[in-house]
Order: sequence, then C-alpha cells, then structure tokens
Amino acid sequence: MSIMEYNGGSVIAMVGKDCVAIASDLRLGSQALGISSNFQRIFPVTDRVYVGLPGLATDVTTLRERFRYRVNMYTIKEEREIEPETFAHLVSSTLYQHRFGPYFVEPVMAGLSKTPSGGFKPFIAATDLIGCLNFAKDFVVAGTASAKLFGVAEGLWEPDLEAEDLFETISQTLLNAVDRDAYSGWGAIVHVITKDKIITRTLKGRMD
Amino acid sequence: METSFALTGKGYVIVAADTTAARSIVKMQIDQDKIKELSPHLLMAYSGEPGDTVQFAEYVERNIRLYQIRNLYPLRPAAAASWIRRSIAESLRSRNAYSVNLLLGGYDTSSHTPNLYWIDYMGTVVEVPFAAHGYGSYFALSLLDRYHDPEASLEEGLATLKRCINEVSKRLVVNPGKYKVKVVDKDGIREVEI
Repeated sequence: MSIMEYNGGSVIAMVGKDCVAIASDLRLGSQALGISSNFQRIFPVTDRVYVGLPGLATDVTTLRERFRYRVNMYTIKEEREIEPETFAHLVSSTLYQHRFGPYFVEPVMAGLSKTPSGGFKPFIAATDLIGCLNFAKDFVVAGTASAKLFGVAEGLWEPDLEAEDLFETISQTLLNAVDRDAYSGWGAIVHVITKDKIITRTLKGRMD
Repeated sequence: METSFALTGKGYVIVAADTTAARSIVKMQIDQDKIKELSPHLLMAYSGEPGDTVQFAEYVERNIRLYQIRNLYPLRPAAAASWIRRSIAESLRSRNAYSVNLLLGGYDTSSHTPNLYWIDYMGTVVEVPFAAHGYGSYFALSLLDRYHDPEASLEEGLATLKRCINEVSKRLVVNPGKYKVKVVDKDGIREVEI
C-alpha cells in the first residue's frame, strides 16, 4: 500500500489556443472503500491560475490552506496578482522545504500568464511530491490514473484547440482514463480558463 | 469493532455510536458514551486508539467551549471541522500523533442547515450526507446509499439508522450490542431511544 494511493484521485491540465483546461475526478476513498463522490481537489489561486492537488487528502487540504496563505501574503506585499510561473516556483519551494518529510501530493497548475504586449499566454506545470518542476508544452498529469491519462492524452491532444474543443478533449481523456483505474472516478469536474471567463462543468461519468 | 454512523435529514443530524469498550477479547464496559456534545448544536462521535480518543475529544470539547466563552457565539460546524482538522493534521507529523476517527454532526443556526463531516485520523475532512467509521461502515454505507433521503423526517431517518444497526448486528462477527443515538436540530441536542 502506497501513501500516494491511499485516498485515490487524478488531475490533468491541457494547453489550448489562448486557453487552458484543468480537470479532476471527485472520488475520495479509504483504500478500496469509497467515502465521498464530491471531494474537490482543484482550487482557484487567482482569476487566472488554478492548482490541482492529487494525493493524500489531508495534505491536499493542508497545502491548499498553505498556498492560500502564501499567495495572500504575496498579493498584499506585491500589490498585484501572482503570475502562473511565479506560483509554480512557490509550489516547488514549499514542497522542497519538506524534502525529508514530504507532503504526499503532486500538484498540477494551469493558468494564463501576462505577456509584455498585454496578451495572455497559456501556461501549465506540474511537480512531484518534493517540488521538481515540469513545464510541459502540451499536457501534464498526476494521480493514481496518471499512466492511463498519459496514454489517452497522447492520443487525443493536438495543438491549438479552441476552448470548446479543448473541453471535449480533456473531458474524454479524463473520463476514459479514470474508468480504467479503480481508485479514481466517481464523478469529474472540468475548468476551462480563457482570458474573459472561467467555465466550470461537472461531467456525467461512470459511478462505479 | 468500534462502530459509529451518522446521517443528515430535514433539519437534523442523527449520530450513533456503539457503547462497548473492549480490550482484546474482554468487554470492559457496555454503556460507554462515545458521543461528545461540543456545543449546544454540535455532536462529535469518536473512535480509534483507546486513550487518544477520550484525550483528544476532551481537548476539542474544551477548546470549542473556550471559543464560545471568549466570543459569546458558538463556532459554526464548518469552522469547528476546520479547527479539529488542523489539530489532527498538526499532530500527524509530530512525535506522537492522535489516532482518532471522528464524525462531526451539527446544526448551523445561521444558515439553518444540518452539516455532517467525516474526519479520519490523518486529518482528512469531507462533508457528507451520511457517514460511518469502523468495520460497521462496510455494511452500513451501501445501505445508506440505497435508503438515505436528505429530506426525510426524523422518524424515517431513525428507521434508516435501525436498518444499519440491524445489518451490523446480523453480519459483523463482534456484535457491538447497544448503541447510543443522539440527535441535533434547531432546538439543540437530545438523546433518543432506538
């Protein structure tokens, strides 16, 4: 029994054309016993940055509160909203501080970063449980169904998907990957972030 | 062997726990109350490592009461759940961690809704319509999936609880025997006979 697999759950983030999407399942279990089908593991950091935290549920809640505190302090001191790249490094340093007694989560981040010309560039990143950053150009995955998510995403993803198409792609990726994983599933939620708005949809999936 | 259940209904939360205190093969006590009344509208059923359970439950009870004394206003169930969770999560990575599983049931007098939280020994908190801890959960949760109704009256809720208790009595090797059942609603806490 691995601690990372105790509660279950998976998260994926994908890049599209001037948009990003981040999605997760909603299952919380105690090994094989399902406890809740409404466990949120994706949280807004700012209007343009979202973070998904798969892994041990107690650490998910603790880290969500830690990041909220650190981002609030950043916003007060800097008098501006934190950028996605900066937040990714904040996550990395927070996790590495506990290098020899780590939090059992593997964060996934998605957001839109401001460019000097005033536009927005899609951004995704992921780290392992001790803060090693991965800045992918296409998609990042984490959680108990990560291997399955890699497979389906590699097959379905293509560059420059519009927001609606990105939603369909990430939804199908998530649903089919978690259906093959015993510890993920029991509902799914998808957030699509564009420069004007964020659309959150709950997916209808297999509840077994 | 320590079984506890809880379920929400229309304006109430029912919390039930077995009353057996056992060590190895011996039942030391058969009328132990494992449900603490933290505030006029907050119940907490505890189970887990003997000693840790009562110690932690009393620590929580006193601190919740201290908040009410200081602020002249009782903590709402969601806030109490957060405070309790943080206490457990902080103790988890310390020298001696509390090994206590909890069911926190309360009536929020500001929003007029019942709230139920499932809390485990690592500090996992999730709000649920019904919950259980212990071996009894393997039998009770599927019954509750089928028969629970969030808009049920108190009588219907107690009937659903009775189903769970009967199933555990029938199928669990170590039958707990008696249960203590408490209800919290807008009028406060009371014990009911099942």
